[in-house]
Amino acid sequence: MSIWPDEKVLTPGEAEFDTVDMTINIGPQHPATHGVFRMILRVDGEVVVDCEPYIGYLHRGLEKLTEANDYRQAMGYWDRTDYLAGMACEHAYVMAVEALAQIEVPERAEYIRVIMAELSRINSHFLFLGAFGADVGSFGTSFIYAWRERERIYDLFEEVAGDRMFPTYMRVGGVAMDLPDNFEQRCRWLLGSIRQGIEDLDGLLTGNEIFVERCRNLAPMTSERAIALGITGPILRSTGLPWDLRKAEPYSVYDRMKFDIPWRPDLQGDVFDRFWMRLSEMYQSARIIEQCLEQMPKGGLVLNPDLPKTLRVENGEAYIRYEGTKGEYGVYAMSKGGNKPYRMKLRSPSFCNLSALREMVIGSYVADAIIILGSLDIVLGEVDK
Amino acid sequence: MTPFSFGGELFGMWNWLDAVVRVVIVVTAMTLVVMYLTYGERKVVARFQQRLGPTKTGPAGLFQAFADALKLVAKEDIRPTNADRWVFELAPYATFVPVFLVLLVLPFAKDWGVRNLTLGMFFVFAVLGLNIVGIIMAGLGSGNKFALLGGVRAAAQMISYEIPLVLSLLAVAMVAGTLDLNQIAMLQEDRPFIVLQPLAFLIFFTAMLSEMHRAPFDIPVAESEIVGGYFVEYSGIRWSMFQLTEYASMWGFSVFGSVVFLGGWAFPFGEDWGWGWQLALTFMKSIAWILTIFWIRTTVPRLRIDQLMAFCWKVLLPLSIVQLVANGFILVYDWPQELLTATSGGGAVLLIAIIITRSIRRPKNKYVGSYRQVGVTS
Repeated sequence: MSIWPDEKVLTPGEAEFDTVDMTINIGPQHPATHGVFRMILRVDGEVVVDCEPYIGYLHRGLEKLTEANDYRQAMGYWDRTDYLAGMACEHAYVMAVEALAQIEVPERAEYIRVIMAELSRINSHFLFLGAFGADVGSFGTSFIYAWRERERIYDLFEEVAGDRMFPTYMRVGGVAMDLPDNFEQRCRWLLGSIRQGIEDLDGLLTGNEIFVERCRNLAPMTSERAIALGITGPILRSTGLPWDLRKAEPYSVYDRMKFDIPWRPDLQGDVFDRFWMRLSEMYQSARIIEQCLEQMPKGGLVLNPDLPKTLRVENGEAYIRYEGTKGEYGVYAMSKGGNKPYRMKLRSPSFCNLSALREMVIGSYVADAIIILGSLDIVLGEVDK
Repeated sequence: MTPFSFGGELFGMWNWLDAVVRVVIVVTAMTLVVMYLTYGERKVVARFQQRLGPTKTGPAGLFQAFADALKLVAKEDIRPTNADRWVFELAPYATFVPVFLVLLVLPFAKDWGVRNLTLGMFFVFAVLGLNIVGIIMAGLGSGNKFALLGGVRAAAQMISYEIPLVLSLLAVAMVAGTLDLNQIAMLQEDRPFIVLQPLAFLIFFTAMLSEMHRAPFDIPVAESEIVGGYFVEYSGIRWSMFQLTEYASMWGFSVFGSVVFLGGWAFPFGEDWGWGWQLALTFMKSIAWILTIFWIRTTVPRLRIDQLMAFCWKVLLPLSIVQLVANGFILVYDWPQELLTATSGGGAVLLIAIIITRSIRRPKNKYVGSYRQVGVTS
């Protein structure tokens, strides 16, 4: 009798050289799923035959909650979508509402927003590097290295906004409060520390033969296939297509920034390239922040003073595309008057990127399936909304 | 009256009582060492990772090991309903006993182990081969697919790596001309065997890491893939037996490896400075050995199972056979000992070269720091 009831029991006659595939359930509580993702693998020995992803364990009804709260209140739910980069999500949300209600934002506030969003991007990518190193098996060393810089970024967020992960710092028409006095100095120090952190992780992971061996040529993807699946962000860029909304359709003050889209001639969209792409992007984000600090007006308003106490929006709709940390973070907002949106929709990049998982995983080893999932860098708050 | 010596029977006791006393001493020492190894590993690894490690339990967290042990003993011993009862419950003992048996023949000082077997080295690998039985029992008996995968991986890995491990030890045994661990140590009074057999040392070290499931070969217990592998269903005291086994085998291997390759208690000045120095030498060498293992563990990621197998069968095994054959020629024709160093050193260079050329073939150096020079595209 089989000890696993869901599987076919073989009689001795047919069992000769005949094997059954085994089903393994990875998640929702599993260290490699980065949250509550569930993936049911069908394996033939060590080789994955089929993969079935299950999502929805973190569904909180973000869109419905947004419709039930007014524009200011709803923001607290939006930085919980991509909870590793709360500031970037807030930025996208307030941009959508501003586009809907046609609200001007003071210049200083735009710069502050970009600084915060880019710090969030660095933060999120640091977590990716650390967790990915742990997926590949470096016993948490990469994780702790990444954590050092993340703590410092969060400390800065705390100083600026009063909260670390979910700051709710941005407002429709600006940001909640001006920067603290020593911000520029602290931010520059932080950038130095971030660069050191990137160097450390680069040396620890990219400099390791086993790491490169594990990641090179694993689950490559062409740009055409990536576009067909709706993949955006670092994963799309790692296929060799330099598509970044910050360059392609600059919003906020990105058109004044000098930065590169990381690119190498031999990009092939494999696991290593996704890792390399995020590593390189962090460096570019640091460049953007540096330029923001230089260009930023030294004083002035940070919140549009003409705004009413309760925002009421005329009939209308708006869609904004935002280069989130995981890809194109699209927010659709629709108003039919009143202080609440009639409909708000999030196009979450992680959800679309996750659709590539099945075809990437099939045919690989179980150990590779884990790092392929890790390389997609999903965040479940965003997938499940 | 002869001065106190570790050799011979202790205090003229009966043979069996002497054996019991020695076993008690070794097992007690081992338990303490293992407890402080867990503490030491947490501290050392923490330092590698810019953390502090345990600090709260006692001064500098020194009692952490006892707190952990107490917690583990007090925990409920859970057996899953679809586990195979006896296989599941006996598996920890089946892994635990062989590792402890190894400790019986290790010479910690001159002539001092529990028993000094003339076939000591043979005993060690004969007994270590039994370890795998317990691991397969745990993997199969748990009724858990992660455990099954872990058990199967462990079986494949340990059986494969046992071959280069044993061959590399045989190379040393050929040079020494004996399997008696005490004599092997004694022969290394002026120069440890690592000088004569560097290739065997490298192979032994690698295969040992694999046998103990330490990084980068921790595939059977891969935390991020199969969440602990074969011991995933164990809790409380049975789980702690697996941990105890892991650390005991680490210590056992370290003492064994330092006896075989680093001169054990004999190098340097082992004979001249007395048993205190001999014990200190054994401990210093095994601690250095263990620290190297910790260092590797914190630094390198995990290999994949096919890469691991390929490395064993395509690189380590041929090299260890070549080493054995070269030793045979040199020893049979009585060629000078420097030739041993030369051939084995050449082999060691070859092994390292294989690893390095592999990394050069994949242009890794191009990538390190390449984020600073990305091309402009828009």
